[in-house]
Amino acid sequence: MIAELFAGVSTRARVLLVLLAVVMLAAPLVLDRYLVSVLILVCLAAYTGQAWNILLGFAGLLSLGHALYLGLAAYISAGLYVHFGIGPWLGVFPAVAVCVAVAALLGWLAFRFRIEGVYFALLTIAFAEVARIGFDHIGFTGGAGGFFLPVRSEDQGQWWNLRSGPTFFYYLALLLAAGAFLLCAVLRRSRLGHRWLAVREDPEAAQALGIHINRARMSALLLSAGMTGIAGVFQAFYANNLFPSQIFDISRSIDLILAPIIGGVGTLFGPILGAFVLAPLGEVLISITGAIGLNAPGTKALVFGLFLMAIIAGVPTGLWPRLASLLRLRSVGR
Amino acid sequence: MTLLAVNRVTKRFRGLVAVDNVSLQVDAGAMFAVIGPNGAGKTTLFNLIAGVFPPDTGTISFEGERIDRAAPEHICQLGIARTFQIVRPFAELTVMENAAIGAMLRAPDMDSSYAQAGEILRRLDLWDKRDRKAHGLTLPDRKRLEVARALATRPKLLLLDEVMAGLRPTETDRMVEILRGINREESITILMIEHVMRAVMALATRVHVLHHGATIAEGTPTEVTRDARVIESYLGAEAFA
Amino acid sequence: MTLSLYLEVLLQGILTGLVYGLMALGLSVIFGVVRVVNFAHGEFAVLAMYAAFVLFTALHVDPILAAIPVAALFFVIGWLLQRFVVQPFIVRPQHDQFILLVGLAIVLVNALLMIFGPDSRHTNLSYSYDSWFIGPIIVDKVRAYAAAAAVVVSAALFAFFRFTLLGTAIRACADNLTGAAVVGLDVKKLYALTFGLGLACAGAAGAIMVALTDVTPMLAPSFTLLAFTIVIVGGLGSMAGALLGGLLIGVVEALASILVEPSMKSMVSFALLVGVLAFRPQGLVGKPA
Repeated sequence: MIAELFAGVSTRARVLLVLLAVVMLAAPLVLDRYLVSVLILVCLAAYTGQAWNILLGFAGLLSLGHALYLGLAAYISAGLYVHFGIGPWLGVFPAVAVCVAVAALLGWLAFRFRIEGVYFALLTIAFAEVARIGFDHIGFTGGAGGFFLPVRSEDQGQWWNLRSGPTFFYYLALLLAAGAFLLCAVLRRSRLGHRWLAVREDPEAAQALGIHINRARMSALLLSAGMTGIAGVFQAFYANNLFPSQIFDISRSIDLILAPIIGGVGTLFGPILGAFVLAPLGEVLISITGAIGLNAPGTKALVFGLFLMAIIAGVPTGLWPRLASLLRLRSVGR
Repeated sequence: MTLLAVNRVTKRFRGLVAVDNVSLQVDAGAMFAVIGPNGAGKTTLFNLIAGVFPPDTGTISFEGERIDRAAPEHICQLGIARTFQIVRPFAELTVMENAAIGAMLRAPDMDSSYAQAGEILRRLDLWDKRDRKAHGLTLPDRKRLEVARALATRPKLLLLDEVMAGLRPTETDRMVEILRGINREESITILMIEHVMRAVMALATRVHVLHHGATIAEGTPTEVTRDARVIESYLGAEAFA
Repeated sequence: MTLSLYLEVLLQGILTGLVYGLMALGLSVIFGVVRVVNFAHGEFAVLAMYAAFVLFTALHVDPILAAIPVAALFFVIGWLLQRFVVQPFIVRPQHDQFILLVGLAIVLVNALLMIFGPDSRHTNLSYSYDSWFIGPIIVDKVRAYAAAAAVVVSAALFAFFRFTLLGTAIRACADNLTGAAVVGLDVKKLYALTFGLGLACAGAAGAIMVALTDVTPMLAPSFTLLAFTIVIVGGLGSMAGALLGGLLIGVVEALASILVEPSMKSMVSFALLVGVLAFRPQGLVGKPA
């Protein structure tokens, strides 16, 4: 199946892809802890970007509330671990199941009445906001004061509980990013993927070709939500602290969508490229603004906002199609 | 054998009667044309058959099975494919992908969908443009793509909504030839709305005339063009216009 | 709890709701005519709150009076924004417009954060704690003035659309764009004007709001959501719907803050939003599509 994916991909593209894979695999052997942590952010952004891209890039639905799934899964897996000693490898299942169930509820509400476009985006924000305010009041997971996973030295090395060093988290994030990329590549060529594209382009025309609009949309929503949930579990055990005001916040939802938008919505490589551009840019901005004494998080977000506006105004298809033609690659993106 | 039976169907929009007690039977293998002046209710009739909305009264059956409450995707699955009067290609996808999305309804996998799509594009003279994005096509090519995509679903009945409009006479003749081929070789029944009388006279085995939503005549092309009411309400009006 | 307390809270909700309604009116007008959803609406309202706050601390201008210069300034900002930033996006997919304005919202809120910091700021008016008694009910003076100002601005906007030639031209644009262009209306100019008016509403509402609550940059996204909720509950594109929605949300939130818990009040309005989307997507006033 993997070999089939590379049918029609130019040799040049194959070489570059293999090169990228080798570099990413070897990275922790040569880089220091800090740079590895930046690469973890890159991989995670590429992964969540891929998940969100399924919804907008493939199925044409704009979600501005994907932080909902990140937060739900993070809280559920962390809660199971802290209160019941259930490790994340097991906890990920109920966490993802809840994300999918909530997404199903949202989809059911939205798709019955053909709520799309702006209305759909607003509904996603509203769901995330309800979760944010709700978790502020759930004492079981710490409420507004935050929920903390114990970081004990005796737990270190328990990879089965995701209590391990940065290298471990790095390879896990890399695995997620690579897996999501391959999954999307398979989906792009599958029947389901073609259904999504048809519905994205013109729902009525798709329907006239025998495609069930709501089923297509729902499948994209559930998959996207479930995938984002897995990132939430990772996030919980990587960061070890959760605050409703951060993980469910609209700014988090926007962080999740920056990479695919900047890289190229609807392309397979866009989320990856976007992640490679954004995470290091963010780190550079933070260190520069920190050095000259400005409000670092504010400046970073401000520059990202300007960047977003510039990309959508100047390069609406994203950077990847440009880079692809610059590198003379044709069929990796689409 | 009757493939499609429309029985005393009426549809109103906000009090306005768009389709008024219309009945028609399309036999398997026919080339059935529905004509009438603008606003006669032809496209509404098509939308009723294709399941876009249900009729207020009356029934529609396909192969003896009631379809007047079925959803559009279900109707397509049963074997009725339609084109849109205002073409609706999947603009950001290639011509090939457009046709393959139609073909995947019945193809076992995507590879055979693409193979079937390729055959249909050849038939519609679109093969050379298969890798272009649909939004870059000229209007005649988009009309062809609209037919190709519908045909790719391997329908028993093909509903064509003014596919000749905007074509030059030579292009019309080519489309007539293509449609005739589809009808004869693939034995696909065709129900078409058409304004271009040149095409209707060349193709149709039977013609149904609508005026203000109601039937005023039905018969062979020659019978219909001799009908006094048809001449008065439609052909005459067009001639004076 | 006594009946008078409920009445008091109800009245408070109505008065605050009128100010909310004015803010939402701006969003509704922009969407109704330009067909662009101003995702930075709440951010602009908070920007206006800071403008009024600065005018108050530096020059001791009453925020309710400051609504006039702030609205004028925001009209100009809105005009320029439409003319130079949003206009090229008119023909672009809705997603692109949305993302552009999300970007603008991020820029605005973080610029405010960098300038004013995250702490909330407070305007201490001489009459902040004055109130009237209507029978057993206490009415805050400042809230009454704020609501009156919001009503005056809304009425002026209604009159503009109803009775002036320019207002009629804008309505023509909203009803039938091609028709409007055919009869020779300068659609670009009318769009810029409308966006200006929409932001002027946000500006006036923001300035007035500073008299009622403390201001922090964090308020911005929740105001955007509030405006959306109001407009959708009322009916997108309907001016009367925006005001009615504002009243409704104002009352619901006020009642929720005594019945449930103040910090959970916005949950109640989101529940209302979900309910409206699920059962009456066209809004309370809107016609079915």
